[in-house]
This record gives sequence, C-alpha cells and structure tokens, in this order.
Amino acid sequence: MALFRFRRAPELVEVDPDGDIFNKETEGLSQGQIVRKRFFRHRGAMISLVVLISIVIFVFSTLGFKIFGIGYGGWWKYKITDLPNLRTDGCSIQLPGCPTLDLIPGKNFGLGDHPFGQDDLGRDYFALTMRGAERSIEVMVVIGLVAGFLGIVVGAIAGFYRGVIDATLMRLVDFIITIPILIIGSVLGYHFGSKGVLFLALFLGLVSWGGLSRLVRGDFLTLREREFVDAARVAGASNRRIIFKHILPNAIGVIIVNVTLIMSGAILLEAALSYLGFGVVPPDVSLGLLISEYQDSFTTRPWLFWYPGLIIIIVALSVNFIGDGLRDAFDPRQRRRISRKDRAAENQSAAKK
Amino acid sequence: MFAYIGRRIAAMFVILFGSSFLIYNAAAYSGDPTEGLRGSSTPQAHQKLLALIRELHLNVPPPARYFIWLKGIGKFFTGNIDLGLTRDHTPVSTAISNAIPITLRLVTLSFILAILFGIGFGIVSALRQYSRFDYAMTFFAFLMYSLPIFWVAVLLKAYLAISFNNFLLNGKIAPIWIVSASVVSGFFWAAVISGTRKRVISIFAIAGAATSLILILLSVSKWFTHPGLGPISMLALGIGFAVGVTYLSTGLSNKPALRSAITVVAIGFVAYFPVEYFLKKYANLLTIIIMLAVTLAIATGVSYIFAKIDRRPVIRTSVITSLFVGLLFIIDKLMKTWVPYVNTDAIHQRPIPTISQSNDLLPTGNFWFSSLDTVLHLVLPTIALVLITMAGYLRYSRGTMLEVMNQDYIRTARAKGLSERTVIMRHAFRNTLIPITTILVVDTAGIMGGAIITENVFGWHGMGTQFNRAIHNQDLNLLMGVFLFTASLVIIANLVADLLYSVLDPRIRVVGKK
Repeated sequence: MALFRFRRAPELVEVDPDGDIFNKETEGLSQGQIVRKRFFRHRGAMISLVVLISIVIFVFSTLGFKIFGIGYGGWWKYKITDLPNLRTDGCSIQLPGCPTLDLIPGKNFGLGDHPFGQDDLGRDYFALTMRGAERSIEVMVVIGLVAGFLGIVVGAIAGFYRGVIDATLMRLVDFIITIPILIIGSVLGYHFGSKGVLFLALFLGLVSWGGLSRLVRGDFLTLREREFVDAARVAGASNRRIIFKHILPNAIGVIIVNVTLIMSGAILLEAALSYLGFGVVPPDVSLGLLISEYQDSFTTRPWLFWYPGLIIIIVALSVNFIGDGLRDAFDPRQRRRISRKDRAAENQSAAKK
Repeated sequence: MFAYIGRRIAAMFVILFGSSFLIYNAAAYSGDPTEGLRGSSTPQAHQKLLALIRELHLNVPPPARYFIWLKGIGKFFTGNIDLGLTRDHTPVSTAISNAIPITLRLVTLSFILAILFGIGFGIVSALRQYSRFDYAMTFFAFLMYSLPIFWVAVLLKAYLAISFNNFLLNGKIAPIWIVSASVVSGFFWAAVISGTRKRVISIFAIAGAATSLILILLSVSKWFTHPGLGPISMLALGIGFAVGVTYLSTGLSNKPALRSAITVVAIGFVAYFPVEYFLKKYANLLTIIIMLAVTLAIATGVSYIFAKIDRRPVIRTSVITSLFVGLLFIIDKLMKTWVPYVNTDAIHQRPIPTISQSNDLLPTGNFWFSSLDTVLHLVLPTIALVLITMAGYLRYSRGTMLEVMNQDYIRTARAKGLSERTVIMRHAFRNTLIPITTILVVDTAGIMGGAIITENVFGWHGMGTQFNRAIHNQDLNLLMGVFLFTASLVIIANLVADLLYSVLDPRIRVVGKK
C-alpha cells in the first residue's frame, strides 16, 4: 500500500557522454546564441516579455510624454487633472462613474468613455491609473539601473582587487544589508518623496544594491582564477580589459537575473512605501497611492481598487517570469526533458547508423 | 570556535555602530521635529521650540548628536540600556518591549505555516519536476511574489471575512461551492500522488467524492454554525494522521512505529473525557503546558514499550502523532467555545474580524474566550502573510531538492537497493533541510521587521505601528530603538545561521583557514 508514490524523476538529457541531443543543440553556437535560443524556448518568459513590452508601450502612449523637448500628446482624451461630469447612465444611481470597459464582443465592446470608471471627484480613473503605472515603471527602471550599476561596480572591484579594498567594500555592504530596506526606504521616502518620483527612486536604488554586489564579488573571485584570465594577463591585457572583456561577460548571467529580481521587488517596494505614505505624495500619482487612497471604497466602488492592483501584479509577474527564463537560459547545467518527438528522432538516427 | 564567535560578536558591534550612524544621520537630516512649531508665531510656540531644541539637543549637528544618543546605548555594557524618551516622554524601551509580544503573536503562526506549506509543496514539486503540478506551483509562487500584501489584505477582508461571516448566519454551503471544491481537491490530490493515467483518474474520483461527501455532511449537520470534533472524529483523524506520519517517517513496514503511533491515538481517545474536564476546569496556560509534557511523556513511554531496538525513529513518529492529537484537543475545545462566543454581544454573530488584534468588549477572565478571540483575529493576517512568504520557501526548497537529487550519494543510495521512500526521506530530504534551515533563521529576523505593512493594514499595534509613529512624528529616538532591535536581530540571526550551517553540514567549517 503506497499512500504517496515516490516516483523517480524522469530521466533528463545531457548526462550522456556522447550526448547527442545536448551537443547537437548547442553545436557551433556562441554563448549568446545558446542563451537566446534557450530563452526563446521558455514559454512563460516569452509571453511575459510580449506582455511587458505591450504594457509599457500602451501605458506611455496613453497620456503622452516629453523627452528633451520632443513631445507626444498621448491618444487618451482626458488628463489626470480633468474633471468631467460623473457618468450616470448605465450605472446604478448610488454609484455614478462606473467603468465602461467591456471585453465581451457586442454593442458596448471597447474602452468606452471611462474604461476604469471615475473617482469621487469625477476624474478619469483610466488616466490616473496610467499615470500611476508610468510612475511605477519609471521607479522600477531607475532602481534597477542604479542598483545594478552600483552592485556591479562595487562587486567587480571587490572581487577583482581583493585584499584591503575588498574588505573595506564588503564592510560597507554589511552596513547596508543590515538596514531593513523598508526602514531606510521609509526614512528617505518620507522626505524625498515630495521632491519627485525619480528622486525617490534614485535614493531607493542607492540602498538596494547590497545583495547584488555580494553575488558579483563571489563570481569575480572564482572567475579571476580561471585559465582564460591568466592567458589574457600573459598576453598583456590591462586590468580594465580583463574586467570588462573577460570576466564581466562570464558573470553577466548572475547580474541580469538579479537585476530583474531587484526590479520586480522595486515595483512592490514603491507601492508599499506609497501605501504607507512614505513614497510618492499627491498631487503626483502612483499605483500604491491609488490603492491606499481608495481601499475603503472597495465595498462600494471596487473598480477604484481593482485596476491599479492588477497592473502592479501583471508588471511584477512578467518581470519575475522573464527573470526565471533568463536564469534557465544562462544556467549551463540547464536540463530539459526530452520530448517524445526528440526521442523518436534520436532513435531513428541511431537506427540509421 | 569560541574565538570565531568572539570575533563575529565584535564585528557585530562595529556593524551596528556603522549602520546606526548611517540611519541616524539620514533620519536627522531628512526630518525636522520642530517643523510644526516653526509655523506658528505665538510666544508659547517660541518657548516650546526652545524647550524642544534643548530636550532633543537640536543645536548639536546630527553627526555629533549621534554620540549623545550612543552614550545612552553605551550603558548596555553596564546593564541598563537607555534608549531615550519618545516624543510623548515615555521611555522608548517600554514602547518597544510592549510592541514585541504583539508582533511575535502576529508572525509566529504564519511563519510556521509558511515553512510547512512552502517546504512541503516545494519538495513535492521537485519530485514531480516538469509535471502539471510543478508548473502550477511555479506559477503560484511567482504570482505570490508579485502580490502587494496590502492589496491581498483588502481582498481577504472583503471576500473571506465579510462573505464568510454572512455565510455563517445560516451555515449552508451552496451546491456550486461543493462542486468546485470537490473538483479542486480532485485535481490537487491527483497531481500530488500521480501515477498512470488510470490511477490518476481513480484518485481524482475518490478525492472529489470524499470532499463532496464531507462538505455535504458538514453542511447538513449544521457543523459550521455548531462546530466541534467529538471523540469519534478525533479518533478517525488521529489514526489517519498516525498512518500518514508513520509512512513518511519510517515506512509502514516498521511495525513498532505504526503500533505505537496508533496506541498514542487510542490513549488520546480513551482519555477524551478526563482531558476535556481538565481543560474546562483548569483553563489556563499552565494546564496546557502540563498537558503537553504529559503527552510527550506518554508518547515516549509507549514507543519504549513497543520498540526494543532502533528506538529513535519510533519515538519521533509517536511524538509527532501525540502532538497532533494534543492539537486536536485544543481545536476541539476552541470549537466548543464557538457557539457561546459568537452569541456574545461583543461579537454580534460576525466572528471573523477584519481589524485589530483583540476584541476589547469581550467579557474578560475566560481563558477559552480570549484564546478563541486571538485565534480569530489571527485568521486574516496569517493567511495574507502565509500566502506571501511561502512562495519564497517553495521556490527555494524546490531548487535545493532538485540539486540534491542529482548528487552522487542519491545514486549510491539507489544502487544499494534502498526503497525510493528511504532515499527521498532519509537521504534527500534531510540534506535539503540544511540550506533551508539557515535561510529560515535569517528570515525570522527579517519577518519581525517586515510585518510593518501587515500590521498597518490589519490594525495591529506591534513594531510596525511604533515604526510608523516614529516616522510620522519625526521621533528619532523611537526610530532608532526600532532600528536597533531589528538590525541586531538580523545580525544575530546571520551569526546563528552560519554556526548552524557548520553544525548541520560537517563539510563546512566556521574557523577560518589561517
């Protein structure tokens, strides 16, 4: 009688020394090509990538943007400051301003006048949510860039030069890691939140690179002892060249994966800080702020609560899945189950021999 | 070893010094406690301003002011640490020591549950790698990673608490819920146990039918409005648990283990009425602790009688079983308190609260009333915390288990002809636990500080509230108190994790190479 069958995991590819499938798959390909191939095969990551890119384009085109004087007005008819009348037709009398978004094909299919409804003042909630999403994505990217840059630089210097430099930098990392990110984030956010969202993101980036730098340092410590580094050094390469041309490309997997994790954490961090009131402050808008402002109206006008949350989840989820796909793609030990088709092809070619 | 610990503790003080200096200055430069007073121009305001400046040493620049604060902390070495006063002139140490037990109460249960579920699902997911169950678990974990906890909290309040309270008014389950619950349970068990197609279908049918049957029985017998376990269902649950634990821990072929586990359950069954009486008559924490001790003694004694050789696995099995039986007694008692509890004026037929840590209107002095009250107030925050924290453990234990299953010693164990159960439970599972343990230790520290948002959403007044208060009032002393507590915990936990690692894994030595 077996309550729970401890079945053996299916046999996996790659172990076979003459490993036909494994070798054939990567034969004659550069590292970048192998990674790309594996990444494209990861279905979840590819779907997420498409979703994320579409969301970014959609969000930033809705209200328009202005970079270096080149502006685009946006295709949406309302701005976040507009105060149109509350929609009453089609809504119940107590709850004016209900959403018009309709995804079921039919008479009302499409975005409608106020796809996400209106808030109590009549402001178009679609515009507000899109502005919030813009802010969240900006925060995510800035934190990712700042933390990624600092983490790589500090980790690379510490791991490459070792000795006193390493010890000093790692003590600095110790200080930063000891401080819980929510605490330092709140302290900084409470005052710098009012100076603009990018300022806040910059400061949050300045305190979230600790973990990444430790990982990069670890990678550099092992990679610098490898033969190809010796070879480069014998050939007369400068330290800078060794770091950038020889070691960094080999450590890029760890870096990219962790930066995506930092980024998906960043979007939640910003939401949490804004929710607590230590992040973005009105009149600016962020998704966390919207949720916090309208959480009490959930029972009466749930749309004010649903949409910003869903956007946070979709963005964070797709970034996480992309990170997972990248991890699989960069992992040299990555295994894949042989599909029946592969195995049949394998048997056929073996029979021919 | 001692030299190593000594060195680490010395380093800990240096790190605490550095990071507290950093955060003190960051906080001091970013917040001005006199902000409110500077606005008004009345003479009293000016007086107050001067007094405040004198009291908080605001005329000293922050880097130097830090050392004034540090002087109070320095008294730690003489035994009476001085964390200063809050802005309402109460000692920071009292504010914090009042908050700690509340936060502990909030996080303990959810932490334990998150570990159990996370590791359990993670390992099953690894054993069924690339199955549908595995993909579903991966998706679930990523989804939980991406959820803002305050968002989940509002959903839980609306759907779980309010709807469940409405449901409890009559306690009848709608047929649609019975059907969907049965289908979900069928899919779940079929995916977990798995096997050939025929087997999967039969498991699906059995699990689904069992779920519907139980739900219909509970619904018809009005169990939800008048819950309770009673001796018979406790016996059934206990025996089921005993068989399950024996199977996982020693294998059913180990007859002494099976016999002693079942005997423990039987003793619990026989002792139902006396134990009930004791729990009613002497309702306090001491009784429960004594009962716990007695339970453990009985379990050990029984296994000594049944097992003549190789006693340890037998003792382990019966101790786990006995703890479960003990838990059933507590649950049964709490369920019996349910009806009178729900009908008190303070509860007003809405037992699942959405906010705060206890109901102050309850009649005091009744141990089971207040216990049930605490448990019910824990329901929502615990679910929210478990959902969010278990995702990390799930991913981590899955990854570790996969790595372990590829090790040579697993191949060796299989080559020796050990059963797959032994290979997994004795060789793989134990080695998976090593890295997980160390992660858990570090997380215990993080979770104490990390419940800030949860406390905020559910209106608990623990460390998170103190922290919020500190920032909103620009209360530097209180902020530093909260920080010092969480940061010390993080550092100590890291030290403990490193030491634990070297104890658990003999390949790792903590003493440096020098």
